[in-house]
Amino acid sequence: MKLIQAIIKPFKLDEVKEALLELGIQGMTVTEVKGFGRQKGHKETYRGTEYQIEFVPKIKLEIAVADSRLNEALEAITRAAKTGSIGDGKIFVSELQSVIRIRTGETGEGAL
Amino acid sequence: MKISNLLMKMGLLVAIMVGMGEWSTALAEDASVPTVNSGDTAWILMSSALVLCMMLPGLALFYGGLVRSKNVLGTIMHTAVILCLITIVWVICGYSLAFGPDVGGFIGSLEWIGLQGVGSEPSTVYATTIPHQVFMVFQLMFAAITVALITGAIAERMNFKALLAFSVLWSLCIYSPLAHWVWGGGWLAKMGALDFAGGAVVHISSGFGALVCAIMLGPRKGFGKEPMPPHNLPMTVLGTGLLWFGWFGFNGGSALAANGGAGVAFIATHIAAAAGGLSWMAAEWVHRGKPTVLGIASGIIAGLATITPAAGFVGPMSSIFIGLVAGTMCYIAVVWKTKLGYDDSLDVVGIHGVGGFMGILATGLFASIGTTGLFFGNAGLFGIQVFLALVTLAFSVVGTYIILKIVDLTIGLRISAQDEEMGLDLSQHSERAYS
Repeated sequence: MKLIQAIIKPFKLDEVKEALLELGIQGMTVTEVKGFGRQKGHKETYRGTEYQIEFVPKIKLEIAVADSRLNEALEAITRAAKTGSIGDGKIFVSELQSVIRIRTGETGEGAL
Repeated sequence: MKISNLLMKMGLLVAIMVGMGEWSTALAEDASVPTVNSGDTAWILMSSALVLCMMLPGLALFYGGLVRSKNVLGTIMHTAVILCLITIVWVICGYSLAFGPDVGGFIGSLEWIGLQGVGSEPSTVYATTIPHQVFMVFQLMFAAITVALITGAIAERMNFKALLAFSVLWSLCIYSPLAHWVWGGGWLAKMGALDFAGGAVVHISSGFGALVCAIMLGPRKGFGKEPMPPHNLPMTVLGTGLLWFGWFGFNGGSALAANGGAGVAFIATHIAAAAGGLSWMAAEWVHRGKPTVLGIASGIIAGLATITPAAGFVGPMSSIFIGLVAGTMCYIAVVWKTKLGYDDSLDVVGIHGVGGFMGILATGLFASIGTTGLFFGNAGLFGIQVFLALVTLAFSVVGTYIILKIVDLTIGLRISAQDEEMGLDLSQHSERAYS
């Protein structure tokens, strides 16, 4: 199993969610986060003084998938979250040791 | 009980006057006995309530939106507590010091302490067509808002107890004497200095007092290193609208009658606010590339502050000019502040200090109604106005410095660095605005 963490633009959340639902992926966890990469924030002006806002609002999406579903999930996220401009975000993939469904106590891929 | 008696008396007076019509007014004027005029009284009562609305909620929301979210309640609290506190101070002795019988041109006597002798009959000296108490309460609102304006310079870092002590001392030692000099028949009034609704008494005094506060308190923790953007600009815009609305009472009411003079002031106020908003917006657009909402809101306030001393003396075209100059000059002052490095957090100096100062000078240049300024052939008035602006500035700066020193040595001006990090709302009041 793999854990996918995708950092995306907030307004792209709906498209990414729809794309994943089409693949039959059942659940995800979403967090509002702040950060910066090469986009390096943006400028705000108040009463003529410019502020460099370094940490930009982003959405962090966490999805656990079976190894067999990984590639199509990554492809769906990439396609849906892409605008082509700087700041589109990143996807991190890591090994997922175990999963437990709390209600039934099921473990492994059956719990996904 | 007393209040209902008073209301009955006023009602009776109004009824008698309405019943007797113009004949009675003419008779009263002949005998030169002050008589209550119902229209004037209604307008000044209404204007007093309008000035209240400038403070709570107007100024409270204007300032509240400009601070960070952890300080919004503390900031609103400043205006609320000053309104309550100065009301009591004014009734007990502030009014008597400002408007009581003159002592040597410098201060009012304590004869009217606790409003003794200030009744429902008109005063023989001030606003002789409205009950003396109505004049008193109109002036009360001015006394309260002047102190509240200063809190923009001490935002997000002042000790609450110190603020209470400072407010009482400042109102009694700075505001009351100034009001006496200019409006209470004091030495500046005798010179012929003109301040229609408080360019000097309210805006220069609070604006440059605020400068001393900002310097003596020192900058907020992290000032200049981390951004401190306003947390809720729609709240600030709501405050701007309420200030604009209330300013009609502030300036229009300063005619102290419901007459042509009130109309002149009302129109000038509105025009200067509009011109100020456009001017600041344009200046920022040229300078930074975008017109901003905070810019137009700030420019409106700059226009209002600047027209205040001139409102009853200038025509519509002069008002446009004064508003346009106000918007751009105050914008430059606010941008310039950043270079000077002091932390006037919500720009009291750049808007009220600079605006009030320009307004007092503009009165000496543009006055054409009831008196004449430099541009209408009277150079003398301009000299007096320059003097008025400088005296007010100097008195406020020195007086504010002394008061802050006393408060700093006895109570301490700043909250601890830890409390400041936590925010006023939690550290000073154990409350949170948003959960």
